[in-house]
Amino acid sequence: MRMKSAKWWTYHILVGGFSVLMLYPVVCLLMSSFKESHTIFTTAKSLIPHPWIWTNFTDGWKGIGGNSFGLFIKNTAVLVILTMIGQIISCSLIAFGFARLEFKGKAIWFGIMMVTLMLPNEVVMVPQYIIFSKLGWLNSMKPLVVPAYFGHPFFIFLLVQFIRTIPRELDEAATIDGCNTFNIFYRIILPLIKPALATTAIFSFYWTWDNLLGPVLYLNSPAKYTVSMALNMFLSTETVSNWGAMFAMSIVTLIPVFVIFFIFQRYVVEGISTSGLKG
Amino acid sequence: MSTPIVNENVQQRTSITSESIRKRRVIKENLTGYAFISPFVIGFLAFTLIPIITSLYLSFTNYNLFSSPQWIGLQNYIKMFTQDPRYWKSLKVTLIYVFAGVPLRLAFALLVAMLLNTASKAVGLYRSLFYLPSLIGGSVAVSIMWRNIFGDQGIINILFHFLGIPVVRWFGNPTAALWMLIFLSVWQFGSSMLIFLAGLKGIPKSYYEAASMDGANRWRQFTKITLPMLSPVILFNTVMQTIGAFMTFVPAFIISKGTGGPMDGTLLYSLYLFTQGFSFFNMGYASAMAWIMLIIVGILTAIIFATSKFWVHYESEGGR
Repeated sequence: MRMKSAKWWTYHILVGGFSVLMLYPVVCLLMSSFKESHTIFTTAKSLIPHPWIWTNFTDGWKGIGGNSFGLFIKNTAVLVILTMIGQIISCSLIAFGFARLEFKGKAIWFGIMMVTLMLPNEVVMVPQYIIFSKLGWLNSMKPLVVPAYFGHPFFIFLLVQFIRTIPRELDEAATIDGCNTFNIFYRIILPLIKPALATTAIFSFYWTWDNLLGPVLYLNSPAKYTVSMALNMFLSTETVSNWGAMFAMSIVTLIPVFVIFFIFQRYVVEGISTSGLKG
Repeated sequence: MSTPIVNENVQQRTSITSESIRKRRVIKENLTGYAFISPFVIGFLAFTLIPIITSLYLSFTNYNLFSSPQWIGLQNYIKMFTQDPRYWKSLKVTLIYVFAGVPLRLAFALLVAMLLNTASKAVGLYRSLFYLPSLIGGSVAVSIMWRNIFGDQGIINILFHFLGIPVVRWFGNPTAALWMLIFLSVWQFGSSMLIFLAGLKGIPKSYYEAASMDGANRWRQFTKITLPMLSPVILFNTVMQTIGAFMTFVPAFIISKGTGGPMDGTLLYSLYLFTQGFSFFNMGYASAMAWIMLIIVGILTAIIFATSKFWVHYESEGGR
């Protein structure tokens, strides 16, 4: 085996070292979650906890105000699953309409969709809150879940791009075989866009899991809190004493994000590279 | 392409029937099309268009959610620009955040993307590692972590001390606190990097080979090939990142514990809007703020697009 060149070593030490540096804060958070709360700041210099303790996790899991962290995870999981189902159904239907069907005003609607892609959420935030409060939806998941059933411009755009790469001959052959439009969508297109649907599902998970503003606006009772809100409450209610538990639960909320990323990396990377999804 | 193919010989005889069949077919096509996109149409009307119009109306009123809106004309806008120093402060802080954060983040993203645009087998791994901060960046956990490492005894200050740089009290000084937020945004360069990387992969290798045969050095290759070829991607990234940066909420909310402090140093626009709308229930005022934000974002986007003809290079086959 030939020796690696000096250039090879320089490159990998430089780039590898830099990537480790970038991840240092995360490692630091992880290690802090195994430290005793009162030593976290005095021992910031040394990364490795001494002694290693697990009590932060058990403390943090007890949660806040009698609601365990498990409940917050369950709440968030329900929210994520309902949102994900909504996005997948609605966005695939809408994307099929834009990519494959001809109808009057299609270009205008597609243009409108591309504009809403860039619309700051703040502009609709106040009126949406008013509408949802008039509907009596405050302190429920409805304001967070229901809009997902009406599509999301990013995912629609991603799916449209993907459907456009599928040869139209497939649709035409199916039409000759007597397939109606819905069946072309359901039996031909849907199975072929699975990778893009996976990307949609993954990002739908990330955005819902991380979302703080929505839950802060619409969920009031702690029993309905999501993990983001629980962490926020840790931060605002806990005094300096319980940093360890807060870090431990921060790590817990990051675990699903990491796991899903490492399993479905390909879909994440492709989703961003092809459509410019913000990560 | 879905118009029926009518046999020339029988066309005349059946012209009336075929015309009505064609019409019916067109109507059916339209109905099918709208059936498929109906979730978007309904959602757009209910969750975007009606709220936008409502928001414009509310911006001319005094409204606190509990009593009915009271028309006050331009009062909210006048107050915003002449009687509300916190508004100016939050606008200034946000503009610094956007104009310092976005270019730094994009420069970083491009640099790393170029480093990773090699045939090395480890690139996949590095790409994932560099992307991770961007992936988790919007979460509360990361903002909590950031608070920690920038704390008075956090690792950043330990590092500063070690390097002989005077220790900074990141939470005691409004400028320092804002830079803490900017660093957090730069740290999340990963998604822009992936987009750049995809763009770099699309530049034919032969261009660089030809250039180096002509004796162009690395810098010239960068400015004469990489940048022009990548400019559409740079444009896209700049627009999306600028809009995204303008809407940043979570880090400012978490790092300042919802106050925007110290001394309004991290009072990003979204946070101030949120405070006005949902802490003080000045919903008319918050709507007026949202409209000014929309106008600012619109102007910025228009400026970026207007200047783009001077620096964005599209390939001659004029794709997009």
